[in-house]
Amino acid sequence: MPVHASQDAVPSEGPANGGPLTRRRFLTYVVAAPVLTVAASSAGGLLAPGRAHAVVPSPPQPENILDLGDVMVAATKQAQDLLVLEVTTDNRVVFRLPRAEVGQGVTTALAMVVADEIDARLADVDVPLEDARQDLGTAQSTGGSSSVRSLWDPVRSIAAEARARLVTAAAKQWDVPARDLKTRDTAVWAPDGRSATYGSLTEAAAEVSAPAVSTSPKPSAEYRLIGTSTPRIDARSIVTGAAKFALDIDVPGALPTVVIRPPTLKGKVKSYDAAAALEMPGVVAVTDLPSGVAVSATTFDQALKACSAVQVSWGSGTVDGVSDADIKARLAAAIPPMTPAPPLTQRVDATFSFAFVNHAPMEVGSAVADVQSGSARVWVASKSPTGAQSAVAEAVGLSAEEVTLNVIRGGGSFGRRIYYEPAVEAARVSKAIGRPVKLMWTRNDDMRHGRVRPRSHHQLRAVHAGGEVLTYEHRMSCVELDLGSGTGQALVDAGYVSPTIGSAFFSLSQSCPYNFGVVSESLAEVSYDMPTAAWRSVYSAQARTAEEILVDEIAKALGADAVDMRQKFLKTADARAVLDKVATEGNWGRTMASKTGQGVALHAEYRSTAVCLVEIDCRGEKPRVTKAVMALDVGRQVNPSGLRAQAMGSLMDGISTVLLAGNHLDDGAFREGSYSDFKYARQADAPLECDVYLVGGTGAPGGVGELCVPAAAGAVANAYARATGNKPRNFPINF
Amino acid sequence: MPSYAFKLNGENVKVDAPADMPLLWVLRDLLGVTGPKYGCGVGVCRACTCHVNGNAVQVCMLTAADVVGKRVTTIEGLAPEGGLHPVQQAWIEEDVAQCGFCQPGQIMQAAALLKSDPSPSDDDIDKIMNVCRCGTYCRIRKAIKRAASTM
Repeated sequence: MPVHASQDAVPSEGPANGGPLTRRRFLTYVVAAPVLTVAASSAGGLLAPGRAHAVVPSPPQPENILDLGDVMVAATKQAQDLLVLEVTTDNRVVFRLPRAEVGQGVTTALAMVVADEIDARLADVDVPLEDARQDLGTAQSTGGSSSVRSLWDPVRSIAAEARARLVTAAAKQWDVPARDLKTRDTAVWAPDGRSATYGSLTEAAAEVSAPAVSTSPKPSAEYRLIGTSTPRIDARSIVTGAAKFALDIDVPGALPTVVIRPPTLKGKVKSYDAAAALEMPGVVAVTDLPSGVAVSATTFDQALKACSAVQVSWGSGTVDGVSDADIKARLAAAIPPMTPAPPLTQRVDATFSFAFVNHAPMEVGSAVADVQSGSARVWVASKSPTGAQSAVAEAVGLSAEEVTLNVIRGGGSFGRRIYYEPAVEAARVSKAIGRPVKLMWTRNDDMRHGRVRPRSHHQLRAVHAGGEVLTYEHRMSCVELDLGSGTGQALVDAGYVSPTIGSAFFSLSQSCPYNFGVVSESLAEVSYDMPTAAWRSVYSAQARTAEEILVDEIAKALGADAVDMRQKFLKTADARAVLDKVATEGNWGRTMASKTGQGVALHAEYRSTAVCLVEIDCRGEKPRVTKAVMALDVGRQVNPSGLRAQAMGSLMDGISTVLLAGNHLDDGAFREGSYSDFKYARQADAPLECDVYLVGGTGAPGGVGELCVPAAAGAVANAYARATGNKPRNFPINF
Repeated sequence: MPSYAFKLNGENVKVDAPADMPLLWVLRDLLGVTGPKYGCGVGVCRACTCHVNGNAVQVCMLTAADVVGKRVTTIEGLAPEGGLHPVQQAWIEEDVAQCGFCQPGQIMQAAALLKSDPSPSDDDIDKIMNVCRCGTYCRIRKAIKRAASTM
């Protein structure tokens, strides 16, 4: 494995990532180009038909062979030689993470992987977020629940390589055989008890041309940290208020800026009069933008107040006159005719509809930008930093290389921060007024002009005879999804463009986990010019939720129990094991009071499986999920605590989107404006008991960030149906 | 511009601010205290929750005039310098936080609740209206109970 090592080859960093790094450092670039492979082997286990059961087996679907995460795994592997791991002379192990941290815990997980592999104390490992780097391209994108999955091999490889060089350097220094040396606690240890910190060895290690010990990652039996529940490495900074989000960064002179936005989606400014606003205290500038009119002032309060003093004449928006009912009708019309059921068979049909849903991350869209002549610097929480960098460059007439884009921690994403409108707006204003600006969307902006999960419509049909499901058909239509420049671009790069990116994404993300005979699933996208987005678990959030509801209804038609039915038809033993765990721990089938009930659902994607069982109480004013039991098989578990957090968060998404939270489109504008009318779950909507069990645990890590949303949503809907006797069809139920 | 004096995290401060300027922006834009977050500006999300004389309040709904002569505590001042309040400690032990944006407000809300009721019931905890979009509610509940047992 050829290795190139150099010193000070990385540009210095800004305050946002922990201060200028001007120390001498040791860099490892592993330049062996890994062969681009698809993880077909990992699909083997998924495809083993349930031989113990007399079912009509379904052949593999594309998602079983290659999924979106595999595309990100391949993109990251191709970029492995560009990853940067540094050991500084003050004994810090620094891995520059080419991903966003938006609460999913990826910094902690990767710090654990690095610390374990290089044998450092976790407290000695830093994981700053990498600045946008065009050489990384889509390998710097965060999405598809693929971060740990795609970085697992490359990061262990470079950490093992670095460890081997440090050992070799110590062996040379002490003139002892390298094979006799051990590593632990960020130091190399000799048999006689001598030790040297990595920091003291790093410069010598940089000169090592051929490591004298193995550069292979350690076997899993030697893991110390991987697999142990570890609190977030930034927990203390979060609970003390020290953690900085974009608008908390102190960029001297940056002017608070807000944007007056149109009354309807994507409406354009015809003309405006800012004279009165410019007379108001603190107001510095009013700037015309493609998306509205920006007001910059000394404080956000002054900027917000001045907005109402600007007289804006608005042109029409892109969907003026369009409301939910219009879209629903077009989506229904876009569903192709279902295949007629053959004679002597019976069928179960169902039609579902899901409303638009805003991501509503706690941190509104925000960015800081300082555009100067010939250069620009932007601070933004971006999951697509290279896309954001290019877009900013284009907007202000610079090359991407002239734009430094610092990736900042984000206050939630759920898909939203794949898109980067605030960064582009901030850069445009900064250029126009010649001052650095900190631009903030208000919550109203975020709700009414931010992006949404597309409204969708689903027609499902299962045909059965003699207790077997012979065919399963799912036709989905939705408002066209803008997949953005991250994972969407990764698909384009990988050649998936036909017939649309959305349909490619659909086929790489959708598969039926059951042996339902001839399975046919398709997506029809209906075009509206409105701001849509990938929303946690993308099409699966609706498609697989609908499917899990149908499975319950098939079970009822067959006179079977919902868990028994799934056990019979599931394709893999792994999935059955996860379901077994939940059914046992959740006491499935226990006697429940009237108007209360249990519900269960399963989802397999990202090379992982999740099952959720909830109990719901519909006796009160509004339904409450009182208990949840979940089980996950995500392959190798890096941080069980983080995995459980992702499962619980997904549960809240399931509860919210099924029971409570959605966005109405009224005549070209979204009705909801804040958390008062966008009813995302609060404490009183969360179950009093929530247990997450981790099963399996071998092999490579699967994805987990989005995994549990469909399982949770399906379980909530099925529990609601059991408790009320209703068949839920339109979501959210209380809309 | 009127001037207002109050105690901020134990220190006496005097600030010149427009009379109608929300305390959230007084703290963030004039005094450089960024722990309280903007999440809605209308007292709904409660990401800006702080204490005034020990009671939980949404500083986006107050002005500097409302706190003249009073003690304002933000997340930065909840514990003595370099230390942790039992609620912060419990938050770390239960690994509550995800993105962290709402957590200063959640912690201030929980600390105020425990001060008024050292042993809150589930119904009391259910009354907390702070939004956490990452959905950390189950761990928040556990952390409040953990903190209650240590305080």
